[in-house]
Amino acid sequence: MSKLRTFRKGGVHPPEQKLSADRPIERLQLPAKVYIPLQQHIGAPPTAVVAKGDRVKVGQLLAQSGGFVSANIHSSVSGVVESLEPIADGTGYKRPTITIAVEGDEWLESIDRSTELNTNLDVAPDEIVKRIAEAGIVGLGGATFPMHVKLTIPTGKKANVLIVNAVECEPYLTSDHRVMLEHGPEIMVGLQLLMKSIGVERTVIGIENNKPDAIAHLSKLAQDYKGIEVQPLRVKYPQGGEKMLIKAITGREVPSGGLPIEVGAVVVNVGSVLAAYEAVQKRKPLFERVVTVTGKQLEKPSNFRVRIGTPISTLIEAAGGMPSDTGKVISGGPMMGKALISTDVAVAKGTSGVVLMPSSEATKGEPQACIRCARCVNACPLGLEPYLFARLSQRGRFADMENERVMDCMECGSCFYACPAKVSLLDYIKLGKNEVGAMIRSRNAKK
Amino acid sequence: MNPIILYSVLILAGLGIVLAIVLFVVANKFRVDEDPRIDEVEAVLPGANCGGCGYPGCRGFADAFVKSDNPSAMFCPVGGNKAMEAAAAIMGMSIEAKEPQVAVVRCAGSPAKRPRTAVYNSAPSCKLAASLFAGDTACPFGCLGLGDCSRVCKFGAIAIDPTTLLPVVNEELCTACGACVSACPKNVIELRKKGAKGRRVFVSCLNRDKGGVARKACGVACIGCGKCAKICPFEAITVENNVAYIDFERCKACRKCVGECPTGAIHEVNFPPRKPAATEATTVAEAQS
Repeated sequence: MSKLRTFRKGGVHPPEQKLSADRPIERLQLPAKVYIPLQQHIGAPPTAVVAKGDRVKVGQLLAQSGGFVSANIHSSVSGVVESLEPIADGTGYKRPTITIAVEGDEWLESIDRSTELNTNLDVAPDEIVKRIAEAGIVGLGGATFPMHVKLTIPTGKKANVLIVNAVECEPYLTSDHRVMLEHGPEIMVGLQLLMKSIGVERTVIGIENNKPDAIAHLSKLAQDYKGIEVQPLRVKYPQGGEKMLIKAITGREVPSGGLPIEVGAVVVNVGSVLAAYEAVQKRKPLFERVVTVTGKQLEKPSNFRVRIGTPISTLIEAAGGMPSDTGKVISGGPMMGKALISTDVAVAKGTSGVVLMPSSEATKGEPQACIRCARCVNACPLGLEPYLFARLSQRGRFADMENERVMDCMECGSCFYACPAKVSLLDYIKLGKNEVGAMIRSRNAKK
Repeated sequence: MNPIILYSVLILAGLGIVLAIVLFVVANKFRVDEDPRIDEVEAVLPGANCGGCGYPGCRGFADAFVKSDNPSAMFCPVGGNKAMEAAAAIMGMSIEAKEPQVAVVRCAGSPAKRPRTAVYNSAPSCKLAASLFAGDTACPFGCLGLGDCSRVCKFGAIAIDPTTLLPVVNEELCTACGACVSACPKNVIELRKKGAKGRRVFVSCLNRDKGGVARKACGVACIGCGKCAKICPFEAITVENNVAYIDFERCKACRKCVGECPTGAIHEVNFPPRKPAATEATTVAEAQS
C-alpha cells in the first residue's frame, strides 16, 4: 500500500482518545424545555416569526433566514413558546433565544417519519438546493456555514469535485464516525443528490485511517454508486479544516481569503450529507443532530441523537452524570471547542461534542517567555507565524497583523499545542482577529 | 608658500562661499513661517505627551490650540486650569476655569461580594478576556480585574488592589487624561467631576440585568429599584436598563440616596464620618472597604 495521503505543511497529532467510537447512537429523551438560539450559523441573524404563547409543532419554522448567507431555524419540539428573551450562551454574553416548554412530541404532517430508504433521485437541482435552504441546513462539523450557499455555484465558477469531510480529526469526537457506520445508505443517496445539485461527476469521501470500519463500510457501499470513492487519510490534525482536506485529497491549494470553489471543490461534512438527505427525501428540517458526550472520567461516553436546544446538562446526566473531578466542560472538540461557562447552555446546530476534562488537564500551566523556537511556525498548517501574531497583538499593532494575514488563521490551535512555553498564542490571535475584523468592517462601511 | 596648500585653501574657501549662497537662497525660498506662539504654548504644557487631550502629544495640542478658532473648547487634562490659563495668556485671551475631573471605578464586586463562577486561564489582559467570554463571575458587566487600566496609566494613578481585585484610583496622581476609560473593555471607569473638597456620590455598579439576577451575581449590585431616584431632590438620578446613574452636573452631594440604597451600591467618598445615628452609612463604609 502506498503512503497515505495527507496535507503537506504543519499539523500536529494529539492523542486520539476516541472513547465513544463503539457506542451506537442513542436517542435522548425529550427535555422539559428547550432553548433555541437564533444565531446558530455564520452569517446574518434570522428574524423570529413566532410570538410568546404560540403553540408550535416539531419542524415548524421559528425564525426566517435573514438574507442569502443565513439559515432558517425550526422548532425541535412541540409545545408552547415561553419567551423570546436573550439568554446567556457558553461565553456568558446574552444572545436572542427562543424558549419552548415541551408538550408531547407532535411532528408537522409534511415530515415523512418512515425509516425506509428513499432512493428516488427525480428531483430538479434547483429544488434540491431550495429544500436544503428551507430546512436550514448548515455545516455540522462546527463551522456552521449555510449549506445552500456552498451549493449555489457563483457564475463564472465551475465545481468538478465534491469532497466529503468525514475526517473527524478532533480528538475524542466520534459523532461523524457513528453516523457513517449507522447511516451509510442514506449518506450515499444524499451524495447522489448533492452531486446532482452542483453538477459534478466525482465525489471523494476523506476518512482518517483511525476509522478502518467506516472506511470499509463506505467503500463497500460506494461500489454500487457511480463516481463515489473513499480516500483513507493519514491521521493528522487539522485535516478536517476545509483547506487542509482539499490539499490532502486533490493537491490543490485554496488561495488566501478564497473559498474552495476557486479550485473547483465543494466540501461538505458527512453529518450534513445525512441532514441533506433527510431534508430532500423526507422533508425534515434540521432540528436534531448527533452529539458525542465524552471524557476520561465519564461513566459511559456516548453518542446521542439530540434535539437542538436541549441543555448540555441533560446530555451529561444521560452519560452517567458529571464526574466530581471535572475541571472544564468543552463544547466541541478539545482542540477547537470552547470552554463553557455553565452547563445550562443548549445544544446548537454546530455542537459536535461535549468533552469533560479532569481538573488536572483543564488548565494551561504557567506561560514562559517565548524564545522564538518556531515550533508554532512549523505546526501552523497555513504557513503563518503565530509567535509574531502574539507579539503584535500584545502591542496593539493590529494593522500589522492584517498585513501578516491573520484573517487566514482558522483557529485550529496547533500553534498553542506545539508551544513548549505555553504562551496563549491562540487567544492573542483571536483578539487580533476580532480587532482586525472590526477594522475591515468599518473600512467596508465607509466605502 | 607651497602652491598645494594655497590652492587647497582657496578652493575650499571658494566652495564654502558658493554653497553658503545656495543654502541662503534655498532657505529663503522654502522658509516655513511658524507661529512663535506654538513654542510658547508648548512650553507651558506639562510635556507628558499622554494624548489625553486627543492630540498627538503636547506639540500637537499646542499647534492645534494656536490655530483653533475656538481654543476655549480645548482642554489639557494633565496641566489643568493652570496650564490652560497660561496658554490663554500667550494668546492674549482668558479662558473659563473647568471643574477638575477624576477617574471613578464603577464596580464594587470584590471576590467577597461577587463569587467567582469560572476560572480564567489565559494571558492577563482585560481586552483579551472580554473577547473570549463575559467574565469569571455571574455578572457580565463588572470589572475583570486584570489591570488593563493600570498598564495604560502614564501617571501611576491606578492600580489593582490584590484583595478586592478592583482598580483603585489615587486622586492626587490622577490627571483625568482618560487613558484608562478607553482601555477598559467593560466601560467600568468614568471621568466624573472631582467635586468640592473631592466629595462626590456615584453608583458603583453597571449591572443591567434584572434586580434578582444582578443581586444573585453580586451582593453590592444595583438592582434598579429606583428608591434613590425617588428620594433625590435634584432629579439627578435616572434608572435605565435596571441600573441607576447619577448625573454629576445635577448632583449636589446631599447624600440622601446613599442611605436609601438597599444594596449599598451608591458610594460616597471624602465626606467626614456621619453621626452615629445614620446606621446605613456604616454599612456603606463597610461595602467600600
